[in-house]
Amino acid sequence: MGLIETEDLSVLYGDVPAIKRVNIEIEANKITAVIGPSGCGKTTFLRALNRMNELNGARTDGKVLIDGENIYNGNTDVNMLRRRVGMVFQQPNPFPMSIFDNVAYGPRIHGIRNNKLKRIVEESLRKAALWEEVHDRLDSSALMLSGGQQQRLCIARALAVNPEIILFDEPCSALDPISTARIEALLRELKKDYTIVIVTHNMQQAARVSDYTAFFLMGELIEFDETTRIFERPKDKRTEDYITGRFG
Amino acid sequence: MKTGVIKAILCAISLISVVVLLGVVFYILMAGARVVSPGFLFRSPDYINFEEGGIFPQIVGSLYLLAVSLLFAVPLGVASGIYLAEYAPRNIVTMCTRLFVECLAGIPSVVIGLFGLTFFVYYLGFGPSVLSGGLSLGIMILPWTVRASEEAIKSVPSTYRAASLALGASKWQTIRLVVLKSAYPGMITGILLGAGKAIGEAAIVLLTTGGLATFLPHSLFDDVGSLPVYIYLVLTVIPASREIGEAYAFGASLVLIGIFLCISIFALLLRNRYIKRLRGE
Repeated sequence: MGLIETEDLSVLYGDVPAIKRVNIEIEANKITAVIGPSGCGKTTFLRALNRMNELNGARTDGKVLIDGENIYNGNTDVNMLRRRVGMVFQQPNPFPMSIFDNVAYGPRIHGIRNNKLKRIVEESLRKAALWEEVHDRLDSSALMLSGGQQQRLCIARALAVNPEIILFDEPCSALDPISTARIEALLRELKKDYTIVIVTHNMQQAARVSDYTAFFLMGELIEFDETTRIFERPKDKRTEDYITGRFG
Repeated sequence: MKTGVIKAILCAISLISVVVLLGVVFYILMAGARVVSPGFLFRSPDYINFEEGGIFPQIVGSLYLLAVSLLFAVPLGVASGIYLAEYAPRNIVTMCTRLFVECLAGIPSVVIGLFGLTFFVYYLGFGPSVLSGGLSLGIMILPWTVRASEEAIKSVPSTYRAASLALGASKWQTIRLVVLKSAYPGMITGILLGAGKAIGEAAIVLLTTGGLATFLPHSLFDDVGSLPVYIYLVLTVIPASREIGEAYAFGASLVLIGIFLCISIFALLLRNRYIKRLRGE
């Protein structure tokens, strides 16, 4: 049984469905990549897993079960859910605050102070492979960091609230190849402790980092399997066409 | 060629604006400097031996009135701005509220003064006082603080909100800890515009405070002097000669401009400090 399961998950903007009746099981401590052409609903699918779609007024039908609990039932505490299911965005989006305050933001909100807070900040920055670069300037602004560093800072910020699952929405699309390689190495490291779902438009990236791959097309989940199978022996013709670059 | 001509014309026009404004300031400076002295700044007006008097109660009174008006308008304006920008549903009621705020900004100050006189002074029984004047001025600048707050909050990038919410912060925590911090510079600019209007306002103060006070108010319910009212009175009713009245009016104007300049500089420094902090310098 997967850590995350969806049952007939649909998300609609007005009357237009962005994803249609998606059924998937995502395993714990694995990296699951979500691929597909632009507008296929992969980001909408990702944002359904921590209920971020409702911020844009989307309607969600069906179920998303995390540990067997439907996060769309009436009594889910959305803030607690988002603490469990962290998110890293496409553009690095550190707050206009110091490096320390960025990482400390989440723990502080959840009431953590003083020495414990300092320890969490250090641990999170270490896990995000940023500590060595910033430990002597934690008080300087996060906006002074490079794009790649900012994105690792955002990862550290997400780790600081101790999530179980981390959603990555095309985390490298704004980064150069070296920064991308660092993030990918980091993802492999992080999957020991976290369950990772990553949306990417870059098929090589999916092939390099993920254990499982889901292929979306026009809002539908076309194929979901182990990454090696998807890339070597796809069952569906459309998957094959996409990964061989015939469209997309 | 064409670009050059347009540029030259625009440059000339803007030069004219600058020269006109500088001329006005220079004229006030020259005319006012003749009467501004320590005695003028720190003595009370003397309506019998006029040239022995000063404007100290008027300076303090203007600052009192400004403080009361800001204490009224800023919290209300910021709270309304937050509601309009972050919570208000997009419907006809919200649209009407915005329209109403716009209209409120356009009400002539003498009409607000009339309202202040009937409502605060007579109906609520505050009398001609610091409180009546400050609240009436607060009503005048409220639309500016609402609009400035709303616009400043709206201009905060939505990625900050998304990042905060994704960490499990509630909407209110997000607004309080991330959005407002980024919106301060814009709010300060808007509040400063309001403060400038309030400190220079004569009609409202004339109608809602006595305005002739030669002493400092001891409570919110005391009569209070103000610089714009002083300027109006010395030009119209009090002094024996026109020359003396004008000279003292210019003196008070110079002080008024000086006070507003100080407030502006303080506000801009504060704003730049926030901007620098946001940019991480």
